[in-house]
Amino acid sequence: MKILVCVKRVVDANVKISVKADGSGVDLANLKMAMNPFDEIAVEEAVRLRESGKADEGVAVSLGKSACQETLRTALAMGLDRAILVESGEELQPLAVAKLLAEVVKQEKPDLIIMGKQAIDDDNNQTGQMLAALLGWGQGTFVSQVVLNEGEVEVTREIDGGLETLALPLPAVVTADLRLNEPRYVKLPNIMKAKKKPLEVITPADLGVDIRPRLEILKVEEPPKRSGGIKVADVAELVDKLRNEARVL
Amino acid sequence: MPLYRAPIRDMLFAYYELHQGEALRALPGFEEMDRETLESILDEAGKFVSERLLPINRSGDEEGCHWQDGKVTTPEGFKAAYRDFVEAGWNSIAFDAEYGGQGLPKSLHMLVDEMICGCNLSFSLYPGLTHGAWGALESYADPALKDLYFPRMASGEWSGCMCLTEAHCGTDLGLLRTRAVSQTDGSYRITGSKIFITAGEHDLSENIVHLVLARTPDAPAGIKGVSLFLVPKIVPDSEGGLGEPNNVTCGAIEHKMGIKASATCVINFDDAKGWLVGEPNKGMRAMFKMMNTERLAVGMQGLGIAEVAYQNAVAYAQERLQGRAPGGAKQTDAAADPLTVHPDIRRMLLTMRALTEGCRALSVWVAQQLDFANHASDPQARQQADQLVALLTPVVKAYFTDAAFEVANLGVQIYGGHGYVREHGMEQLVRDARIGQLYEGTNGVQAMDLVGRKLPMADGALIERFLIPVRDYLKEREGDAALAEFTAPLAEVAQQLESATETLLRNAATNPAEIGAGAVDFLQLFGLAALAFMWVRMAEIGLNLRDGDEALFYQAKVKTARFFIRRILPRAEAHYRAIEAGGACMMDFDDRAW
Repeated sequence: MKILVCVKRVVDANVKISVKADGSGVDLANLKMAMNPFDEIAVEEAVRLRESGKADEGVAVSLGKSACQETLRTALAMGLDRAILVESGEELQPLAVAKLLAEVVKQEKPDLIIMGKQAIDDDNNQTGQMLAALLGWGQGTFVSQVVLNEGEVEVTREIDGGLETLALPLPAVVTADLRLNEPRYVKLPNIMKAKKKPLEVITPADLGVDIRPRLEILKVEEPPKRSGGIKVADVAELVDKLRNEARVL
Repeated sequence: MPLYRAPIRDMLFAYYELHQGEALRALPGFEEMDRETLESILDEAGKFVSERLLPINRSGDEEGCHWQDGKVTTPEGFKAAYRDFVEAGWNSIAFDAEYGGQGLPKSLHMLVDEMICGCNLSFSLYPGLTHGAWGALESYADPALKDLYFPRMASGEWSGCMCLTEAHCGTDLGLLRTRAVSQTDGSYRITGSKIFITAGEHDLSENIVHLVLARTPDAPAGIKGVSLFLVPKIVPDSEGGLGEPNNVTCGAIEHKMGIKASATCVINFDDAKGWLVGEPNKGMRAMFKMMNTERLAVGMQGLGIAEVAYQNAVAYAQERLQGRAPGGAKQTDAAADPLTVHPDIRRMLLTMRALTEGCRALSVWVAQQLDFANHASDPQARQQADQLVALLTPVVKAYFTDAAFEVANLGVQIYGGHGYVREHGMEQLVRDARIGQLYEGTNGVQAMDLVGRKLPMADGALIERFLIPVRDYLKEREGDAALAEFTAPLAEVAQQLESATETLLRNAATNPAEIGAGAVDFLQLFGLAALAFMWVRMAEIGLNLRDGDEALFYQAKVKTARFFIRRILPRAEAHYRAIEAGGACMMDFDDRAW
């Protein structure tokens, strides 16, 4: 049983970001970066499956600039066995990432892919779904529980109406939600050990994938500042305002 | 709850850009400490301390430790945090790999220590005292003792503590009365009562290794008759497992101004089994080894507190809207401007920042020199590094903790009344910072150590270890007009330090009271000169990189340096003049008139 875990390097969740003056995107220069928190949960799940003996190998994959190696080292320090970086300085949109991952999957032949349900930078929530479609595999998204059985994975999904349990035949793609687990703290000796674990660097060209962006970003701007609220006298006035001023009813 | 973000960018700056992080990699065992590795370690440490230690800081302060029937219980959450802390290996960063430690540089340990102390000073003391005990045992204990105790201390299963003070003797340890009687099996029986024992009893580790100062029946009177003993709470069996309980009991715990979650114990030894560490009657030598480790650690405690006070003061000053900027409103769409528009708030914030970053820069210099002193292959390089560390240890301990108290106080000041109420945690920082000026030798004792011991040592060679790099630096920058606003004041304070050294040593030759009369001012003068040296060098780096990728970071270095030089360094003049004035004006005060 081999598990592939996809991790993205994103701006640290604690950092306050600002939009670039020209509106072309978010200013990331010299900001603290970290592993996407949902991907951290995915890594933790793979490491637990590995530790419980249900999986034999856990491989981390990341895509992006050379600095993503640091993120991969964190995944290795958490307990995965080896790592692959698809190095590219270009902007990688979800479809390009999914296509690149699909090629990596063809080479690695994992039985299970786990990744975060979305990345906290652009919040697209697309890559897992696109990857499953490209591979023709089953997908279990927003997962809060994973149980590996013979030839299938049973997942509990967090959906609007409650919880949904699905059994997916392997191989499959699973995307992690917040409540799947609580990632461990990395141990100091494991940081040092992670430096010696294999980390392979390849390029999109090696995989023969066209990564040209399909979407064009027109403008990025900060959300409008919240203006002060008002007090309403009674429910009738509230309903009236919602219906006639806000027009949401 | 205060916020805390590990100041990793500034740590990396001090470690690699200001000092010799790269050169350290030439030392055996440190080859892998490249900037990326250090950064990832600091990242993980920062995450652990802010998520696990910070949340139990204020609750620990409110709850305090509990004593019942000789057992001490730490506040809620401490036990679980300690377990995770040692499991992650944060207690054993610089311990010898042979005994299960990580074998990493002491300078890395000191960076992590700053973070731990910033998030939870009380917590830091439990693993911290293990470090002090380890240092003394490493240098002086028999290999058999090390083999038996070190693996469990490295794993954190057993912790350490230092038992020096007795009810009638604190600073003057020559007065101590605890007795040690030798037994036929080579062990000793220890009897006596010790007070103020930090981490002397608690529920975090299953065994506690007490290092106890005591005297044998035939020992000479005074400080020359003091020996050091290892006395375990539970005597290990020959395999290193837990054997019989020893006759070591905790009689009470103190109720203190701050560090309330740290158990400060009365420890009674009643015919307890112990083993000699080092030679008989040479206990103070081993104790000083331990004390020097601890004194640097106390300096780091001060730095940690200063950093967290600064971060929260900035956050509050940016958010709190009060009054209008002197030249007219800055935020016209709000009812008032943020506190940061007010000059006096800026004075306080910059004082906090300049002291904190200045102390960090100095601490990294000392920490790296400590690694060179322990591991460099060239004996002369080792000796020189060792001399610099010996010289600067009392400065780090006393100057940093005095600065921390000032910074924590300014933190409260910026919060106004909200700093005085407990909710925001700012007043706790003041109370917690206060102990640093007292324990491991009061700051007055540190000043006496600097002037009375370190200045005369090796024919006055030690102070040269500081002055030579300063003179060399200034010489190389002669005629550098852009840097002159920084280098000229540095040259002046270095000159004052040199001249104050001569004055003190000259006056002390005829009147020993002159040492004590000038020591504290001398230490303050030294601290200011050392920080000035750091800030001038930081300004130079900042000037070179002010237009690059991280312009804001480097320009802030230059501006903070300018603030330090213009608004803080002038304090040196007052200390200099006090030293030159001598001690007669206090010594001739009539004792009947107090």
